Amino acid sequence: MSAAKRRSTEEPAWVRRLLIGGALAFLSFFLFVPLATVFYEAFKKGADVYLAAIVEPDALSAVKLTLIAALVSVPLNLVFGIAAAWCIAKFDFRGKSLLLTLIDLPFSVSPVIAGLIYVLVFGLQGWCGEWLRDHDLKIIFAVPGIVLATVFVTFPFVARELIPLMQAQGIEQEEAARVLGASGWQIFWRVTLPNVKWALLYGVILCNARAMGEFGAVSVVSGHIRGQTNTMPLHIEILYNEYQFAAAFAVSSLLAGLALVTLVLKYAVEQRVKASMKVNHEH
Amino acid sequence: MMLARALLRRHSVLPGFDLALGFAVLYVSLIVLVPLSAAFLKTFTLTWPQFVDAVTSPRVMASYRLTFGASFAAALLNAVFGLLVAWVLVRYRFPGQRLVDALVDLPFALPTAVAGIALTAIYAKNGWIGQWLPFKVSFSPLGVFVALVFIGLPFVVRTVQPVLEDVNRELEEAAATLGANRWQTVSKVVFPIVMPALLTGFALAFARALGEYGSVIFIAGNMPMISEITPLLIITKLEQYDYGGATAIAVVMLVTSFVMLLVINMLQAWARKRQGGV
Repeated sequence: MSAAKRRSTEEPAWVRRLLIGGALAFLSFFLFVPLATVFYEAFKKGADVYLAAIVEPDALSAVKLTLIAALVSVPLNLVFGIAAAWCIAKFDFRGKSLLLTLIDLPFSVSPVIAGLIYVLVFGLQGWCGEWLRDHDLKIIFAVPGIVLATVFVTFPFVARELIPLMQAQGIEQEEAARVLGASGWQIFWRVTLPNVKWALLYGVILCNARAMGEFGAVSVVSGHIRGQTNTMPLHIEILYNEYQFAAAFAVSSLLAGLALVTLVLKYAVEQRVKASMKVNHEH
Repeated sequence: MMLARALLRRHSVLPGFDLALGFAVLYVSLIVLVPLSAAFLKTFTLTWPQFVDAVTSPRVMASYRLTFGASFAAALLNAVFGLLVAWVLVRYRFPGQRLVDALVDLPFALPTAVAGIALTAIYAKNGWIGQWLPFKVSFSPLGVFVALVFIGLPFVVRTVQPVLEDVNRELEEAAATLGANRWQTVSKVVFPIVMPALLTGFALAFARALGEYGSVIFIAGNMPMISEITPLLIITKLEQYDYGGATAIAVVMLVTSFVMLLVINMLQAWARKRQGGV
């Protein structure tokens, strides 16, 4: 590119530096500094305080509950995502756009409302409240409620990653497999799944991050019983409100570490998805 | 089974439609539709005047003003700086760029409670940033704004970035050849192309901010009439066993969310049309 041409389609160096500086300053105030603070505050009082905050029984039970919520909600939403993507991407049917809208719905609902609606259904004054009490079942202020609220807020992640990719890939390969005599499950495992595995993984990673970090929805249905119905984010809130800042940030640093791992995986998988999209476009 | 088949617009040789659709519809109904309808049905236990009272009391009105105002301001700041960040990431090369690119998604991955306490610590009077500011940020309405900027940050960047990557550089060269200076080229050629994506990102950030709870409650201070957001009021009412009141406010928020969803869908359709046209 000649110097004159570069001048006319690029900004002068000082403008470039100014814009980069402005963008980085903004990101520092709202992104980099908050992230650094979590780790700084967590270790400020030394490794002993840090470790003590994490191996404390209430903290461990919070970790356990968070893992349970993620272990139930991620597979459920994974199966749903595959089923929804299969019918939406591979078939043409009435009500498809309605189903698509419904899948997106949980993203636009406030987490607090996500918790509230389950209280209205399963709470003591709710639709099933009396029946549940008579049968000695507890959903709200207990583990099942926490799992349900987590399922709701992480509902769209896998479906949303799969649907556009599977739509772009079309149905020719599956049809060819069918003509050659493959059964439905064979088509799925050998043709469809290998084509979407990276997008699937991407969806699962995002779903898991949200499941482990959800606060608002879980807070409404949890009842905040220490050692029983506290997830890690709720445990952080309790510690923080008790002015145990170092402990609150120590537990936070675990979740922040998880967020960083999520970002790294996300970045790696994103490159793969882009590559598979490109291959697909060339077909 | 028959019902599922009847919905099919075109016959397909592929199997599994009944099973997949049946499961998807059942699951959506159980997890989303039935519980959401519970919210709407619950409000019918209130009389109309009770409903109006619940959603327009002074404390609730103050919370709407704060929630909508702070969400709008935060989305606006994100629109300006999100465009800047997207521009810098797409057009320039600088050390650490890929790291910065990956970190933009942090607000999607970082739990809101963690973001909340971190922002509160930084912007408090003795915090890393707060100590240099002449005004109070943490425990004031300004804190709500800061938290909402954080959680809305990726939306504008991630909607504008791909569009900016696709901008045909030849258009810019053509504008330059025709005598436009750089600013004219950017403002009259590039900016109109990214405008629909920018608006979509703004709407997404705004919609997300309206419902946000976790990061805000730590930094807001939660003083009634001053720094209390609407989702917090829903929780407050629930804790007082005022289920009707809580649900009434929730329904107002839900209807707002549905309207935002509609607006975002329209913006996205517009953006797609624009991009297809270029």
